[in-house]
Parts: sequence; C-alpha cells; structure tokens
Amino acid sequence: MTLEAILFYVLSVVAIGSALLVVTRRSPVISALYLIVNFFCLAGLYLTLHAQFIAVIQIIVYAGAIMVLFVFVIMLLNLGDERRLRDGMSYKKVVAVGLAAGLLTELIYVVATSWDLLPPSAFHQTVEIGTVEYIGTQLFTGYLFPFEVTSILLLVAIVGAIVLAKRKF
Amino acid sequence: MVPIQAYLILSAILFVIGAAGVLARRNAIIVFMSIELMLNSVNLTLVAFSMYLGNATGQMLVFIVMTVAAAEAAVGLAIVIALFRRKQTVNLDEINILKW
Repeated sequence: MTLEAILFYVLSVVAIGSALLVVTRRSPVISALYLIVNFFCLAGLYLTLHAQFIAVIQIIVYAGAIMVLFVFVIMLLNLGDERRLRDGMSYKKVVAVGLAAGLLTELIYVVATSWDLLPPSAFHQTVEIGTVEYIGTQLFTGYLFPFEVTSILLLVAIVGAIVLAKRKF
Repeated sequence: MVPIQAYLILSAILFVIGAAGVLARRNAIIVFMSIELMLNSVNLTLVAFSMYLGNATGQMLVFIVMTVAAAEAAVGLAIVIALFRRKQTVNLDEINILKW
C-alpha cells in the first residue's frame, strides 16, 4: 500500500465521519466546525489527485471565506433557543434516510456497472495539469469568457446580498 | 494510484449525506451547510475525472462551481438574516407564506 493510498483512505474516513456529524449535530456552530474539518479533508484528497491549485483554493475560499460567513451569521442570529429549532416529526427523517439510501444504491450501481467503460487512465503523463501555471494559462486563454462571466456573477451576488440584508429598502 | 472508482464512491457517499441533511434538517443554516457538502462532493468527482482523463476542463468547472457556491452562500445567508429579522426564527417549517 503506497502512501497515497493510505492518505486517501484516512482522509476519506475522516471526511465521511465529519460529514455525518455536520448533518446530525444539533448546534449549528458545531456543525460549522465539522464542516471545516470536511473541507480540509477534501483539500487533502485533491492533493492526492495532484490538483494543488484546487486544493489551495478549497482552503482559501471554502474554509477561509464561506465558513467565516457562516460562523458570522450564526453569531449574528444568536440562535440560543435550541428548543424552538428541534426537528420534530420523525417520519420525515425516516423518509429522508430512506430516500438517501435509495440514491446511494443507485449511484453505487452506476459506478459498479460502468467499471470497464472508462477509457484508460492518462494520469501518469499529465501530473502537471493541476499546477497553478497550467490552470492560469488555461483560465486566461481558452476559458476567458467563463472567467469574465464569473466576475459578473460575483458582482450580482454582492449587490444582492447587500440589498437583501439591508434594514430598510 | 488509488482507482478513480474509489473517488467516485466516496463522492457519492458525501453527496448522499448532504442530500439526507437537506431533506431531514429544518434549521436553515444547517440546510445550507448540507448544500455546501453536496457541491463539494461534485467538485471531487470533477477533479478526479479531470486528472484521470488528463483534461483541465473539469478543474475550470470546479473553479466556477466554487464561485457559484460563494455567491450562493452570500445571498442565501442574507436571505436567512432577512427572514430572521421578520419572523425571529430560522426553522424552515415556520417559513410557509408561499405555501398554500
């Protein structure tokens, strides 16, 4: 077993465990902390795939920016009264878990039946595809239009967030 | 190298956990976190295929998915704040004006 495989299995177990804790903990603060653990595990998994740029972006954007936003909103709302948020109606949970189990069965069935349909791996010859240099070149040449559209999307999101959170219109 | 199917199955498990969270939880903030989990699992699939096939398009898509996730989190949490200001709750069962 190579180091890569050991890293993959450890990180995937921690990622699945922290994801389960995110959806089962009652307090949103604890959920947010486990979500950060999950994001770091995914960044490590990107590193085992040699996608360094995506791994760093994952930590900076998700664990850095989005989670700060989440924690800030939790703090701002001051959700001290957990009783009002108690998830009643357990039949809903049973239905949700049943639907999720069905979806998981379908997805694993799809992966299992398409096992030999994949083309041969090009992994060993394209390890440098995840570097900042290659991604940057691609982003500013072949994918320039989507990149610029992304900036417009961010502008719209900034304006929308300010308008929605403003006290008076 | 770890086979790509391992990454796909891990991603499927994470997606399903996120979907179960969206369906089962009623706290709006935790529902948002579950949506982030689902987006992340799809990102893992895209990166795995991108590296497996030697094609950078998947990583460009991950870049854009992350931007959309950031925009979604900002606007969604602004909506949560606006709702909390009006109804003093983030329980999704009590936010039912648009439901008939």
